[in-house]
Amino acid sequence: MSHSSTYRPGTAIERWLDKRLPIIRFSDDFMNFPTPKNLNYWWTFGAILAVCLVIQIITGVVLAMHYTPHEDYAFSSIEHIMRDVNYGDIIRYTHANGAAIFFLAVYIHMFRGLYYGSYKEPREMVWILGVVIFLLMMATAFMGYVLPWGQMSFWAATVITNFFTAFPIIGEPIKTLLLGGPAVDNATLNRFYSLHYLLPFAIFGVVALHIWAFHTSGNNNPTGVEVKDVKKDTVPFHPYYTVKDGFAIAVFMLLFAAFVFFNPNGMGHPDNYIPANPLVTPPHIVPEWYFLPFYAILRAITFDIGPISSKLGGVIAMFGSIMVLFVLPWLDTSKVRSMRYRPVAQLWFVLFVIACCGLGYLGGQPAEGVFVVWAQIATAYYFLFFLVILPLLGVFEKTKPLPKSIADSVLTNTKASGGMVAQAAE
Amino acid sequence: MREQATMKSKTSLRTLIAVPAAIAMATGAAVAAGGKTLEYKHNHWHFSGPFGAYDEEALQRGFQVYRTVCASCHAVEQLSFRNLGDVGGPFHLAECPAGVAEGTDCTKPSDNPVVKAIAAEYEVTDGPDDSGDMFKRKGLPSDRIPGPYANEQQARAANGGAYPPNLALIMKARHHGPDYVYSLLTGYEAAPETVVMGPTQHYNPYFAGDMTTLMKPEFLNEEGHPIEGVEVPPGGVLAMAPPLSDGVVDYADELVPETVDQYAKDVVEFLTWASEPKMEQRKSLGVVTMGYLLILTLILFFSYRTIWSKVEH
Repeated sequence: MSHSSTYRPGTAIERWLDKRLPIIRFSDDFMNFPTPKNLNYWWTFGAILAVCLVIQIITGVVLAMHYTPHEDYAFSSIEHIMRDVNYGDIIRYTHANGAAIFFLAVYIHMFRGLYYGSYKEPREMVWILGVVIFLLMMATAFMGYVLPWGQMSFWAATVITNFFTAFPIIGEPIKTLLLGGPAVDNATLNRFYSLHYLLPFAIFGVVALHIWAFHTSGNNNPTGVEVKDVKKDTVPFHPYYTVKDGFAIAVFMLLFAAFVFFNPNGMGHPDNYIPANPLVTPPHIVPEWYFLPFYAILRAITFDIGPISSKLGGVIAMFGSIMVLFVLPWLDTSKVRSMRYRPVAQLWFVLFVIACCGLGYLGGQPAEGVFVVWAQIATAYYFLFFLVILPLLGVFEKTKPLPKSIADSVLTNTKASGGMVAQAAE
Repeated sequence: MREQATMKSKTSLRTLIAVPAAIAMATGAAVAAGGKTLEYKHNHWHFSGPFGAYDEEALQRGFQVYRTVCASCHAVEQLSFRNLGDVGGPFHLAECPAGVAEGTDCTKPSDNPVVKAIAAEYEVTDGPDDSGDMFKRKGLPSDRIPGPYANEQQARAANGGAYPPNLALIMKARHHGPDYVYSLLTGYEAAPETVVMGPTQHYNPYFAGDMTTLMKPEFLNEEGHPIEGVEVPPGGVLAMAPPLSDGVVDYADELVPETVDQYAKDVVEFLTWASEPKMEQRKSLGVVTMGYLLILTLILFFSYRTIWSKVEH
């Protein structure tokens, strides 16, 4: 921890324990962590995500008690959970919708990091660990989607693992290793189940590192200006942010519960209520909505580039779209952290969000005609934003003046809004 | 100043709610895009909406339609007889009718006399017995409702190669399930004059398919596209002949019309229950959960305002 401990063991037991395993000191320091006092609601998504992970793990462990990972029984065991297990339908709907809502929160969390420059020095490790978590989430969600062994499960597994064959030489062996054989079958289901149970705990571990990392560097904040004076600029995490995060979590849970209880299949695909059939290909194989932007990037590469086939090009572009995030801290050359003071970057950022949402829409459309062209434009912009726009903006952009400190920016804000209220009153 | 702060938090709240809603809507639209069929008939189903529930009498009539008509080709694989007597099911009893032995708990599906009687009307295969032979016996509430065929091959052989799908999940396995099944059942039409039909093919404008392949050659140009002024008919052909006709099922209730439209509505009700038997319990638990969360949200909001009241932020 970067702040000095304020814990004073009050009792004999606490003093005894503090010399041997300072776990109370650790918790005390954790809860009192000095946190910038100007964090807005976009900062509550970290806590929301922690709750999402815990919900997924708890519901998942219970589902695993009733699920059968075998190609002949998996589909029926899900229906058994839905019909015969006490509250099984609610546990399963919570888990299935929980995955989707988890991604919604993580995307907002990532856009927030992008806008406020939370990946910049000294928080590169926070960001990189975040991208690792995102990758693990994608793998976990994909394998989880295969477990119900419906039509979309089976064909998604077939299509996705087939991407790997685009790589020369190593492609086929990788695919065989993933599937446990030449095609999707019982061996695939078994290893996906095993890994689907394993990876969330890996995520849990990386989340701990992620939190450790920003407890070392300190939180970023909407101004991007570092804490200068702990007394004036920060408040203890508890109770100030436990209550604010708690409120945001409750609002988020309202949205979550609305899906689980009143539209539980709204984000799913009907084909997954048809048992997997290797002989019948569904007319449209579409991934879950949270993978659609990447699916659009994959399908946008419809042309060969020299020796690289369009298939390999698509796979490279798709993986590249995530790999580029790892080097983002070094691509953004701007000295100013928060886009609040970067008027030009703001515009490009808005375009970037539109491009990402647009890719999400295009990923759900058939890969033909005008949809492909738009997907190509949006894909091009996605990479231009990271590889050209951000590096150049740091050199050419004229930024707005930064506040002297967090406390200073808060004071100016309240003065300005006070003035506005006074004006409105007149 | 405080008003300003409230307005600010309201705006950010609105953003927090609007963003996911927009994403949900956008993806919903993306998923809904499908084949070229007529737009489904929109019926007002009283089981839809946050407070929607099944109508017990409609469920019973729907089961009758299923049993009389659909069951000759379609199974309801995931349903057992006992499910018919579950809370919210078609034949659930709150108390025993007259003539049932003292001390029987008729709320239990296994002791429900109606469910037991329905099960006993079926014959199921059990075994092996002590000499190793399979044997036939009357159905029990704990048995699965037997389907019409022993396996998929037998089903295909009996239906000219087509496989009648399992109906216990049909409402969730199709986009807009209830509207789709209702439209399909009531939507059979004579084939348009521009197409040639095979003997086992039946035209339905709501069934997903491609009618181009069936169009008469005189309406197609050299590239296989329809000539000017001629359109490809919507929908497709299926192996199932129109299953319902007026009067085919005899309802006990004289006041309920014995029409294709009514039969279709009732069987949709029954099959929706079959797909989602816990829907009513889920929704009522949802109302309680939302209420609880709303109160929690308010308490946390005012706690937040109180705790932060002395901090300039």
